[in-house]
Amino acid sequence: MSVKIALAGNPNCGKTTLFNALTGSNQFVGNWPGVTVEKKEGKLKGHKDVVIMDLPGIYSLSPYTLEEVVARNYLIGERPDAILNIVDGTNIERNLYLSTQLMELGIPVVMAVNMIDVLEKNGDRIHIQELSKKLGCEVVEISALKGTGIKKAAEKAVGLARQNKAVVPVHEFSKEAELIIKKVEEKLTGIVEEQQKRFFAIKLLERDDKIGSQMERVPDVSTEIQEMENVFDDDTESVITNERYTYISSIIGSCVTKGSKEKLTTSDKIDRIVTNRWLALPIFAAVMFLVYYVSVTTVGTWATDWANDGVFGDGWSFFGISVPGVPVLVESALNAIGCADWLQALILDGIVAGVGAVLGFVPQMLVLFVFLAFLEACGYMARVAFIMDRIFRKFGLSGKSFIPMLIGSGCGVPGIMASRTIENDRDRKMTIMTTTFIPCGAKLPIIALIAGALFDGAWWVAPSAYFVGIAAIICSGIILKKTKMFAGDPAPFVMELPAYHMPTVGNVLRSMWERGSSFIKKAGTIILLSTIVLWFLMNFGWSDGSFGMLEAEQLDSSILAKIGSVIAPVFTPLGWGDWKMAVAAVTGLIAKENVVGTFGILFGFAEVAEDGAEIWGALAGSMTAVAAYSFLVFNLLCAPCFAAMGAIKREMNNAKWFWFAVGYQTLLAYVVSLCVYQIGTWITTGTFGIATAVACLLVIGFMYLLVRPYKESKTLHVNMKAMAGAK
Amino acid sequence: MNTLNKIPCGKTVKVKKLTGEGPVKRRIMDMGITKGVDVFVRKVAPLGDPIEVTVRGYELSLRKADAQMIEVE
Repeated sequence: MSVKIALAGNPNCGKTTLFNALTGSNQFVGNWPGVTVEKKEGKLKGHKDVVIMDLPGIYSLSPYTLEEVVARNYLIGERPDAILNIVDGTNIERNLYLSTQLMELGIPVVMAVNMIDVLEKNGDRIHIQELSKKLGCEVVEISALKGTGIKKAAEKAVGLARQNKAVVPVHEFSKEAELIIKKVEEKLTGIVEEQQKRFFAIKLLERDDKIGSQMERVPDVSTEIQEMENVFDDDTESVITNERYTYISSIIGSCVTKGSKEKLTTSDKIDRIVTNRWLALPIFAAVMFLVYYVSVTTVGTWATDWANDGVFGDGWSFFGISVPGVPVLVESALNAIGCADWLQALILDGIVAGVGAVLGFVPQMLVLFVFLAFLEACGYMARVAFIMDRIFRKFGLSGKSFIPMLIGSGCGVPGIMASRTIENDRDRKMTIMTTTFIPCGAKLPIIALIAGALFDGAWWVAPSAYFVGIAAIICSGIILKKTKMFAGDPAPFVMELPAYHMPTVGNVLRSMWERGSSFIKKAGTIILLSTIVLWFLMNFGWSDGSFGMLEAEQLDSSILAKIGSVIAPVFTPLGWGDWKMAVAAVTGLIAKENVVGTFGILFGFAEVAEDGAEIWGALAGSMTAVAAYSFLVFNLLCAPCFAAMGAIKREMNNAKWFWFAVGYQTLLAYVVSLCVYQIGTWITTGTFGIATAVACLLVIGFMYLLVRPYKESKTLHVNMKAMAGAK
Repeated sequence: MNTLNKIPCGKTVKVKKLTGEGPVKRRIMDMGITKGVDVFVRKVAPLGDPIEVTVRGYELSLRKADAQMIEVE
């Protein structure tokens, strides 16, 4: 008989380490249905029939965070055969708070007290027999990091799961509270199973708004709620929470012996310096500089260049031996078998280039992920949120949004992937949507082109591009957090600052690999497909009266050019209704630096410098300075390249959110460019037309969206049916 | 009446009562700040908010606006 064991515990208690140690490489990582919470499942090493489910790290079974709702639904709906509750021994009081809730589910629990090695070092002792008696479950001491005791813990859990025995919680609240809970339990007879009664009774008393969907019938308990609130002079939710902690405080004295008192731990000493009032910001800046310098400027660029220009380019040198690039190899292979020209072009310029576009980002991303995994595991990431919160929360972002945006100034793809470190769903989505507003490295040639061609290389063009990007992030944050899609969920910033500790190499590498491979798998398809489609549109068309494949210089007769001339009028109000501009903007979807190259071809140059110096004259002749700036703004803010879109799709993990993000970016780009061009033209030339009036109205509407009042919601909105339906 | 946001760094206070309601209050209580518990105000973030406190033997950070919901002795 196969058994299911759920791994439950607080965040930062060593749950992931234990999960990795128990399952080894036998893991399946996915998402819980309907939400962006990661779901990990694995088979216990040496037991093919034991499935271990890693639940999200949670502090409580309240209905207010996505992680908690996901964990609850699983525990109630799927009913695992046993729960392995991992508890951080160095922080046992708060960890036991969740345990008291798990005990009430009627599922057998084995408690694994983790970090026993640290406890020993500090001279603390946990009396496991006493703890076991007071909580009514088996207790095992383990060190997930060192691997001690984990086998015993797993075996106990498997044994308990196979016994299939009903369990009753032994912990008790005060007499008055127990009396009222008893009354509610009686009302639940026939509705829920005997051993689950206490859990449901307490949830009903707490006025839990999500418990109803888990029950066939919801009895009316308003008199009991009233009674409890009268007796304790507090709301029921607080009464129950108080009762739990009171019980824990009452047993903790006999279960734990503290060694030396009030000694500063190493973690305290580190924290004294790292989050010191004066040193925190300089240290933060130094850490960020290091992350950026290594993962973007130096190693990251080498890795990207090696992947893009070497492996997926002309070739690279391996300790002096030259290794041909993949396209070179494929080309010679295709030549050898005498492949048709068009097919060869499809394979080389379409497919191989598309695959290259996906894989080219991977090396840099892996470098960045090593850093992120390290910062997260050692405990510094929580401090980043602590230090930066004051600035970012004003526009609906998390302090942790700083890192994605910083990385985004190099490349948006790893920037978006870096948003994974943000736990809060709303903050994370907001960060994903706004990260690419920061001009990335590939947008710099566009800035150089416009600045050189129309502004005489003026110094302020490049800084203004960054200013536009930052302003777009701030305004989007303020506007979006007030919309229905975002204002929905509560997001209290009450965050644990975990003790610092050295992460293991294995865990850092595993985290790096999980993120990297999920990018390849989930983002790869969309990037590859869209690259091929656009390649086709660019390379096929009508020349000399017949449809066929074109030379690179014939871009102006391609299907894309036709599409460009059809959609060009859409951009007329933005000042650049010329089809060439439209086509250039579209080719920017493959990679933003393509915009310059496309202009080169369209203006009759096969090859242009990175900043397109050859075409400055032609470009300056075809548009005004204001129109050029509007074009620049549009390209900075609109939907990013396919690779970044793939990353957005991966991180949103939801088609609706993906389209909302890309749609919002493009709409914002359109509106801002429109206002820039129309109002700019009005100021410079004095012409005022209908479009100018529209632009003014848009500015007023924008202002309204910025300043309208906002109220945070008190309930978590989540589609319980979607979560339950996709079991 | 004193609230936690007004307590200077380095002081330990006892929680008297929690005002407010809903998710933030529940979260604060879930994290162990309940009636009668000792809270040590450890430090303030470099930009003046949030604050870091020690409660039930671990470090917790919360915003001053939320700390205002915590009445202390």
